[in-house]
Amino acid sequence: MLTEEVTKKIDSLIAKYPTKKAALLPALWVAQAANDNWLPREAMADVAKHLGLAPAYVEGVATFYTMYNKAPVGRHHLEVCHNIVCMVVGADELIDHIGGKLGVGRGETTADRKFTLNASECLGACANAPCMMVGDKYYEDLTTEKVDEILADLARK
Amino acid sequence: MPSEQPQYLYKYRQVPGIDDIDVYLKHEGYNAVRKALTMDQEAIINEVKLSGLRGRGGAGFPTFIKWNGIPKNWDKPHYLVINADEGEPGTAKDRDLMNALPHLLVEGCIISSWAIRAKACYIYIRGEYVQPARQIQKAIDQAYAKGFLGKNILGSGFDLDIYVHMGAGSYECGEESALMSSLMGERGMPRHKPPSAPLPVISGVWDSPTIINNVETIATVVPIINMSGAEYAKVGTGTPGAGPASRGTKLITVSGHVKKPGNYEIVLGTPVREIIYEICGGIKNDKKLKFFIPGGSSTPLLTPDFLDTPYDYEALGKTGSLLGSGALIVYDETVSVPKLMTRLMHFYAHESCGKCTPCREGTNWLVKIHDRIMAGGGRPEDIDLLLDISNNIFGRSFCALGDAAAMPLAGFFAGKGAIYYFREEYEELIRNGAGGKKRAFAPLQMAGV
Repeated sequence: MLTEEVTKKIDSLIAKYPTKKAALLPALWVAQAANDNWLPREAMADVAKHLGLAPAYVEGVATFYTMYNKAPVGRHHLEVCHNIVCMVVGADELIDHIGGKLGVGRGETTADRKFTLNASECLGACANAPCMMVGDKYYEDLTTEKVDEILADLARK
Repeated sequence: MPSEQPQYLYKYRQVPGIDDIDVYLKHEGYNAVRKALTMDQEAIINEVKLSGLRGRGGAGFPTFIKWNGIPKNWDKPHYLVINADEGEPGTAKDRDLMNALPHLLVEGCIISSWAIRAKACYIYIRGEYVQPARQIQKAIDQAYAKGFLGKNILGSGFDLDIYVHMGAGSYECGEESALMSSLMGERGMPRHKPPSAPLPVISGVWDSPTIINNVETIATVVPIINMSGAEYAKVGTGTPGAGPASRGTKLITVSGHVKKPGNYEIVLGTPVREIIYEICGGIKNDKKLKFFIPGGSSTPLLTPDFLDTPYDYEALGKTGSLLGSGALIVYDETVSVPKLMTRLMHFYAHESCGKCTPCREGTNWLVKIHDRIMAGGGRPEDIDLLLDISNNIFGRSFCALGDAAAMPLAGFFAGKGAIYYFREEYEELIRNGAGGKKRAFAPLQMAGV
């Protein structure tokens, strides 16, 4: 069930659009944020009910977009860009470095559920490559030393 | 900075706190809105026409023609939609603009909405751009507080609301009809286009007249109104009003192996050599330039033979590549072209929305064949097979994503791309296998895209 706070937020979003359906993407964002950063099927169904849409339709939309997590993710979701700019300035080496430190491969989560590591497509910070996104924060001009500091800092949170 | 590069968008970029409305107002902020609200719609569109402004998102379509298509005397609501779904690999200029100069975009939205008589404007920002979205939302809130948004703006009788809408991770949503689907709460898939369906300007979002423009295009309307279209058009290449011309300035992202990567505002027509070697300080570690991609990952690469090409729509078009989104990616001699293309093909296969067969199937085959070549199992006929597949995607897919995947390899209209310029690198990999290990037979495997 969506909490009162979540439904309130979704209702304020609906007011921005001429149709209820248009509020679906923002509503899924709200639902995801309220559920440890992922969307279980029940949450999608609740959003569907609230917006008057079929659960299958909402699931169809949610699965189209990569940023809606369909499975639990770690507290810190590391998404390291490995597209055609970052890859030539050391992105793959960075991903391997992080993976080695955390003991996980791409797409995996650490046993303590603190970190999920992913390679991501272009994040749009090409002038400051290589870069990664952790949650909603960007880290740019990365080096292995910088990444070590960031990981140590995140591990404390 | 080398040769004079007038800064129209970045004029006040270095002013501390320019993202705050009080500072912005002290630097010509919202002057263009005050001026525009005293002009009628036709006069504004005429200024945009005189400026020669063309879409800065990638297509380079003249902005005033798009705006002129808005039907007159309809009682349907009009919408302005801003494409801030910057996803083309290599492109970071819109993110930078929204972070540094959010009021420039908001001001441009107000003028443009007035020009096309829209009472609602949606800024569609890609899901990853949380920080730029916060900057834009803050600017919108400040503009409401000062009376530049809301009801009866500055006593003109004009009402406007601007909303931020977040995407959720899909390259395809940068395609304007897919963006409309996404804005309306659907999967980000492209919609029918003319002749089988009306243009967005007649029937866009919610079946209403809609103008969709890129962030930079709309921000550029501000200096155009401030300084007049004719003044803006004084720099650039080509003759305004006499055939295609590239007038004014362009924001570009220069990335890869240059000493000073960054987002720059350059006059259209600045030679590529000047951008790479003067503005960006040359190749990192003084290595040799191998090739560059002029306009984002979808545009065919060019060799150092093309360094003297003026950076504008026409000259880059003539080389067989494109200006695209203004993302100049520079590669030194250490880069393997087949390896780079393998990564790029994985990207397009991942982002293909799956709606049409040429793109959905074609991009996956481009991945599979690249993967087997990289794994040492390439076959002699694979190179021509890659070209054949590319040429069967190009022009046959439902939207431009298929073309975007085919162009880097095969150019457009069977022109020149990575395989034309660096065929011998593919041949060598196929002959010798990866790491000298030639496998007689490599079973095809579905790549982990």
